[in-house]
Amino acid sequence: MDKIKDIANKLVEIQDWPEFGAGDTVTISYKIKEGNKERIQQFQGVVIQRRGSGITETFTVRKMSSGVGVERIFPIASPFIDAIVVNKRGRVRRSRIFYLRGLTGKAARIKEKKTFK
Amino acid sequence: MPGLIGKKIGMTSIFNASGKNVPCTIIEAGPCVVTQVKTLEKDGYEAIQLGYGAKSERRTSKPMMGHFKKNGLAPMKKLVEFKGFDQELSTGDEVKVDEVFNEGDYVFIVGRSKGKGFQGVVKRHGFAGVGQATHGQHNRLRAPGSIGAASYPARVFKGMRMAGQTGNKRVTIENLEVLKVMPEEGLIIVKGAVPGHKGATVLIRK
Repeated sequence: MDKIKDIANKLVEIQDWPEFGAGDTVTISYKIKEGNKERIQQFQGVVIQRRGSGITETFTVRKMSSGVGVERIFPIASPFIDAIVVNKRGRVRRSRIFYLRGLTGKAARIKEKKTFK
Repeated sequence: MPGLIGKKIGMTSIFNASGKNVPCTIIEAGPCVVTQVKTLEKDGYEAIQLGYGAKSERRTSKPMMGHFKKNGLAPMKKLVEFKGFDQELSTGDEVKVDEVFNEGDYVFIVGRSKGKGFQGVVKRHGFAGVGQATHGQHNRLRAPGSIGAASYPARVFKGMRMAGQTGNKRVTIENLEVLKVMPEEGLIIVKGAVPGHKGATVLIRK
């Protein structure tokens, strides 16, 4: 198992992204190819899980788009990710916050994590 | 066809040039040692016998030991004959991955599939089972159903698909694309799955 991971790490380069986890609000800049043109689309939402490890790791971002919940799964090693910006650190008590799917409006808010220096 | 003997390391996924996430299998291919060169004059056909994997002398039979000792080689786990190598080879030569395979080649991979034991027709042949689970039906859910007609032909035809040993047999997967060759590590990465468990011996053939 470790041998696969060692080799896989050599094959795919993962860019240095800021640390983030479940509960954090992030903006993902995602490159989209249309024919020959390439443009960048942004997707902002709450990270509801990170799963897997190494180059096969993915994370799921959930946002409400005109009243409908939209979730997108991004592979962390995807070459199409242009940037990941952490907008807000959320305080949550579990690593996978699927309960958010059942909540809307005010109830779906996540408290901000306070960091003291 | 030229080829090599290797060991399946496992599966992962990589991003190809167009950014697509492709499933792939990592195989340690070689280095293989030429254990015998078969010639038209002596053996009636031309072939190269390759050996792979170290084996203890204690585990090697005397006739096999004699075969290895004749060329001053250490005993090896697996010996396979291949044909049609580009380069001139003589006994004792080492054959490496990059000498045989290139990126973009299509290869055949031969291995022994994972054994699944004695399985019914649903798993073994993809049958759908019989009928419903309700309306008084019972114990028919995974049954094969009818296996033939009545007093004519009054027998079950040969080759009727039935339950039996599943897996643990030689399987060839054809035309797998070589995504990458890593000569320093002696690795070859092919697109898709390959028969057998991790660590299984596989043959890679062009």
